[in-house]
Amino acid sequence: MHQWTFVIAAYAVTLLGTAAVSLISWRAMHRAEAQAETLANRP
Amino acid sequence: MPYWPCRARAAKDAALMHRFANPARFLKIARPLTGWLFWSGLVLLLAGCTCGLFVTPADYLQGQTVRILYIHVPAAWLGMAGWTGIAVSALMQLVWRHPLAAVAGRAIAAPGALFTAICLATGSIWGRPTWGTWWEWDGRMTSMLVLLFLYLGYIALANASARQGAGQGGVSNVTAIFGLVGAINIPIINRSVVWWNSLHQGPSITLRGSSIDMALLWPLGLTLLGFSLWFGAIVLMRMRAILAQNKVEARMQRLARG
Repeated sequence: MHQWTFVIAAYAVTLLGTAAVSLISWRAMHRAEAQAETLANRP
Repeated sequence: MPYWPCRARAAKDAALMHRFANPARFLKIARPLTGWLFWSGLVLLLAGCTCGLFVTPADYLQGQTVRILYIHVPAAWLGMAGWTGIAVSALMQLVWRHPLAAVAGRAIAAPGALFTAICLATGSIWGRPTWGTWWEWDGRMTSMLVLLFLYLGYIALANASARQGAGQGGVSNVTAIFGLVGAINIPIINRSVVWWNSLHQGPSITLRGSSIDMALLWPLGLTLLGFSLWFGAIVLMRMRAILAQNKVEARMQRLARG
């Protein structure tokens, strides 16, 4: 295999992993904080 | 030093540490800090990766595959730094009963496990063209794999203890002890290439300097800092999520009681 194939594979694994964890963490934070705010505003 | 100034200093240190124990005070700092860490980290690591891929020269021996260095080294550093963070937060939880320490420990686990997995995957991809094999059961790779298993065990224990309501969204004392004991693997990973014969190269970046040429080394500083800032942002996001969930659960319980 060409050397660049290994480089691209390594960067792709890193990009996918970091993007997935960023998205999951942001969504969990956003959802929990929105829920907490809704409940706090409830009379 | 006389006895009473020592006591006074310990009390002062404890007061400083507990200053951010209040979630409201912590959130006041964490909210603006999350975005700053995330975006500055992203800019730095994109700059570092771009320079590492297109600006630096190929290595005379390894060719283009040396470019994996710019993601493999930060991943290894953050995998080990993450567990060190878990051990420190476990110590703070067990000794000083700091309420946010348990939340921090639980928040560090997932990004720590991710970077350990990335380190193993990129190391394996780098190993195939360099060593002629995807995997070798030597000291460095095996101890890093053990670290991944430790992370998975910690995540399972932390989730189980959170479900049982231990530590207000944090982790139980048993999980904290597991985090503390698991830290024994960190110096083993660090010294593995010195203690045992390995396909993995010896330590090339130490406190005394680096054996890597500066023409190849400089983008590594950018990716190391970038990934570290990004890691900090993810930990803050996860801590904020846990604290908000605690708030929701407390509010629901109050509503259920009428």
